[in-house]
Amino acid sequence: MASTTAAAETPRLRPSKPTGFLSWVATTDHKRIGILYFWTVLAFFFIGGVESSLIRAQLAQAELSVLTPEIYNQMFTMHGITMVFLVVMPFAAAFFNYLLPLMIGARDVAFPRLNAFSYWFYLFGGIFLYSSFFLGGAPNGSWVGYAPLSTNAVSNMAFYAVGIQILGVSSLASAINFIVTIINMRAPGMTFMRMPMFVWMTLTTSFLLLFAVPIIAVALFMLQFDAVFNAQFFQPASGGDPILYQHLFWLFGHPEVYIMILPAMGIVSEVMPTFSRKPLFGYAAMAFAGAAIGFIGFGVWAHHMFTSAIGPVPRSAFAVATMFIAVPTGIKIFNWVFTMWGGRIRFTTAMLFSVGFVSMFTIGGLSGVMHAIVPHNAQQHDTYFVVAHFHYVLFGGALFGLISGVYYWFPKVTGRLMNEKLGKVHFWTWLFGFNLTFGPMHMSGLLGQPRRTAVLPGELGATVELYNLLSSLGVVVLAISASIFLYNLIRSIRSGEASGDDPWDARTIEWMTATPPKHHNFDVIPVVTSRDEFWHRKYAESEEGIPVAVPVGASVDEESDAGHDEHIHMPDPSLWPAIHTLGVLPLGYGLVYANWLLVGIGAVWMVAGMFGWIIEPLAEGDDDEPAVAGAAAH
Amino acid sequence: MTRKHLTADGGTGGASGRGRRRARRFVPLAGLAVLLAACSGEQNALAPAGPFAQGPQDLIVWVFGIAVVVFVLVQGLILYTSWRYRRREGDDSMPEQVHGNTKLEIVWTLIPAMILAAIAVPTVQLIFEQMDEPEGDVLTVEVIGHRWWFEYYYPDYDIYTANEMAIPTDMPVRLEMTATDLARSPDLGVIHSFWIPRLAGKQDLVPGHTTYLNLQADEPGRYLGQCAEYCGLSHVNMRARVVAMEMADFETWVAEQQAPAAVPAAGTLEARGRELFGDLGARQACASCHQVWEGEGLRGPAQGPDLTHLWSREEFAGAIHDLTPENLRAWLADPNSMKPMQYEVNGIGMPNLNLTDDELDALTAYLETLD
Amino acid sequence: MTAVAPSTSMGLDSRKLGMWTFLASEFLFFGAFVSAYLLYIDETNGGPGIEIFDIPFTSVSSFVLLMSSLTMVLAHNSHVRGDLRRMRLWTLATAGQGMVFLGGQVYEFTVFYREGLDLTQSPFASSFFFLTGFHGAHVAIGVLLLLGLYSLSLTGKVKVGQDVKTEMVGLYWHFVDIIWVIIFTVVYLIPELRV
Repeated sequence: MASTTAAAETPRLRPSKPTGFLSWVATTDHKRIGILYFWTVLAFFFIGGVESSLIRAQLAQAELSVLTPEIYNQMFTMHGITMVFLVVMPFAAAFFNYLLPLMIGARDVAFPRLNAFSYWFYLFGGIFLYSSFFLGGAPNGSWVGYAPLSTNAVSNMAFYAVGIQILGVSSLASAINFIVTIINMRAPGMTFMRMPMFVWMTLTTSFLLLFAVPIIAVALFMLQFDAVFNAQFFQPASGGDPILYQHLFWLFGHPEVYIMILPAMGIVSEVMPTFSRKPLFGYAAMAFAGAAIGFIGFGVWAHHMFTSAIGPVPRSAFAVATMFIAVPTGIKIFNWVFTMWGGRIRFTTAMLFSVGFVSMFTIGGLSGVMHAIVPHNAQQHDTYFVVAHFHYVLFGGALFGLISGVYYWFPKVTGRLMNEKLGKVHFWTWLFGFNLTFGPMHMSGLLGQPRRTAVLPGELGATVELYNLLSSLGVVVLAISASIFLYNLIRSIRSGEASGDDPWDARTIEWMTATPPKHHNFDVIPVVTSRDEFWHRKYAESEEGIPVAVPVGASVDEESDAGHDEHIHMPDPSLWPAIHTLGVLPLGYGLVYANWLLVGIGAVWMVAGMFGWIIEPLAEGDDDEPAVAGAAAH
Repeated sequence: MTRKHLTADGGTGGASGRGRRRARRFVPLAGLAVLLAACSGEQNALAPAGPFAQGPQDLIVWVFGIAVVVFVLVQGLILYTSWRYRRREGDDSMPEQVHGNTKLEIVWTLIPAMILAAIAVPTVQLIFEQMDEPEGDVLTVEVIGHRWWFEYYYPDYDIYTANEMAIPTDMPVRLEMTATDLARSPDLGVIHSFWIPRLAGKQDLVPGHTTYLNLQADEPGRYLGQCAEYCGLSHVNMRARVVAMEMADFETWVAEQQAPAAVPAAGTLEARGRELFGDLGARQACASCHQVWEGEGLRGPAQGPDLTHLWSREEFAGAIHDLTPENLRAWLADPNSMKPMQYEVNGIGMPNLNLTDDELDALTAYLETLD
Repeated sequence: MTAVAPSTSMGLDSRKLGMWTFLASEFLFFGAFVSAYLLYIDETNGGPGIEIFDIPFTSVSSFVLLMSSLTMVLAHNSHVRGDLRRMRLWTLATAGQGMVFLGGQVYEFTVFYREGLDLTQSPFASSFFFLTGFHGAHVAIGVLLLLGLYSLSLTGKVKVGQDVKTEMVGLYWHFVDIIWVIIFTVVYLIPELRV
């Protein structure tokens, strides 16, 4: 455990109690940070859900006025921002944080305090964005924030520009952290081709973030300076080009789509083998298909701009590129199905959500190919057909996968099982409610209903009204379903059935250690000799390839496991990441209101916080030397 | 002038608006495939009424067919696998540990790639066909997007109008589109998108760019559409209409639009309205933003919709209200209550001029004469 | 305390790997700014354009910044050899050159501003000030890092054998230099050829 012997001699700003509020603020433990992410995500998911309910209430019938147009515009903008930046992305980060070190056999991430920094930036970014509701109104220019509309002085998009910038810093720091952790902190023997698929997808996602976030940062800086300081990047009157913003936004925005879906694909690739009792089919193909999706994902951005001011040549080129990104996606789908093929599938709730993911994501993929038919894209673009498509990908896809992960790893985190009966009710109502909400949108879009409209125009016709009513009813089902999930979650945390260390007969090494894991994850870092290491320690294979259970301990070469060092160095808690990041609030408000005093306070605060961070050693009694940085065992 | 505009239902009049519903064909809930061929509403992308909407429709129908086949195969495979290989009660046997199959990987890489290549070829061809300038006789209309209404200018005829675009049938129309700019109005210009689903797909109007869109109507009728790129507060209240008519009717329409506005006889209520139109004392005059061209001077673009032949149109205020004397009077009395705008904040939209009842009567009477 | 070799998968210090990763991301950041600048190079909105540049002046300040990479290398070398006194000297020299460069940039911006080129003038002006200004901000952060390194070595927080710290600052500093070479070429020199 952490060596805190020197703490008494050097009085420092460091809480030493292992429990209580302050221990969470100061935590550098990747598992606790993962838990913080999870609960914050749930809170924002609730808010985003309320926003979507209001949207659907407004559109339940033609010409309703539940909300004023201004409030409606704020609602759909904040719903998009919330679900993308404050729910799906950090939801994935919750899994990365909790699981990544456990899955590669590390004691923590490479930079534990930077990890805390990422969380606090995320939290403060979310609070900053939502504070706009009390400061004259939330952003109202849609989540894409197209210029020049969002640079108009009436809009509240300065909060958008600065808020997303803050969240981008959080993502970038996490991406660097996870890349270094995966490349540098794998257990002995854990080669790249032995890594669990989830780790592969984490790595791909992190690289996408690494290269996409700086581009949105540039776009947002320009947008914000146009809006607040009267710069001329996107102002046509002086020769600026609004299309530049679209290119920059989507050069980030399309990889962003894969940033949201790849983690879910990673989760499904862990859940399916476990419950099929078979290894992942086509491991190498899966890993490279993921990388290919990430790579091609940087070359298809303009398919979001098919009706914008671009000519026939780019339209054709991006259409073809977009179609071919379906190939690696198809590879993944077939490999998942063949992972199940020939297995002994146990339909736990986690497995149901994973199968639901594959099924729903396929629908979203097919409508995606339809979008690539550029001449007809001109009919689909900015209609509810597109809304249906991306909800099938992000809700039916990403969210199904992430929830599957919650059911799957819940025992790992709590030592208890989630209630399976409630879980199945949750799944079936979720599947039904989801399809009821978003299925009809395919039709209402093709029947001529554009998105981002503050009322449902009556002139669209009774058919469209019916589809909208069905969508709105679907949200009611989803709300009930989400309540069941929340109830199950809380009930299971309190009084769920004890799970034991390996409830699913799992395959990967995070299940080898205690449940819930100790602070230092592994007493002994395992030496990895194969893919699905844990499975191979439990089962030998007969000549026909049928697994045969091996006696406990027989296959585990305890002697070879590394890290017998009795003195395990762990990073101590630190308040500095939280203190440092708090400075982003005055900085952000200063930039929104062009108040240089606030900007100055924020900047000095952050520099001072950074200084405190640097001079504080990672662990007490330690001299901040490389071996401890990253908490590698030695 | 009598109303010439036909609705798609074949009747006259019957413009849309809050509370008034047009006759529609109801489509029962049916499978997607059935609905693809169905027709409902005048803003229906599935009911093409001209070649520039028909081409994409023909392409998407067979792509949709392929998608349905793939959908059935993949979902069927998922369901079959789930059922066939579910773990039976009490079965604790272990499956064979299959790690993959290179042949299968190649198959499900190549087959989708070939299907997509087959789709890509006609797609690229059609992209160019749709965007190229049509051959032969072409009517050119300039479309300018404002917050929140569409303005149309016919360069060949020097006609300005708003919301409703008249076109002849069976003749390709080439739209040259952009958004307004600071030189013309306090609206600094934002991106809009012009979309009449039954005649063509949408195309954005981008400030600082000129974009083009071809459309053509085979039959006379009134085709509905609306702005499809989010443009702020009243985005939903920015509707577009295309009124297609036989060539002879179109020529009549052109002649009438080219004529100067009628000047009411002196001493009438209408004449009083005309005076107020040009001078509201300390308040901003209507004429400072709206044009009524009476034959003198140049007919040029104004900040607000051109009203020279206002009463030849069926709808107003971004085509969300029927143009009736009652509606118009209510609009003049309090524009924001009929369409949310931002005049007080940044000068975009119609201001409330605090008109008295007498002034409202006079102005409404005058505007009614502008047919 | 003696340093223990880091037991990492790649045998590379995690902090160095992290810095490399971060700098990879930074290349995209400046890449986007350079693209915007190239797009807007002629969009001067009637205001000053590229003819406003004073190539000899900027060449001198660019030379100073380039030389600072040399002193940075010397600082790192001294640290590796265990010569903290020289390391501090070269670190200060590097920071000093960085400050000279920043001073040159402030002067340049002031001159341009007086000649009618300000952020709100045109897309060209906006993208020029953004590209060079964000680079300047990176230099300023580098100077802060160098001064921090200097003071920490005085207080004993940076010791002999901990040359990875100097190396990290050095990596960042060289990156900022390389970016300037690109900016100087793209912003100042290549347009000059067209004039």
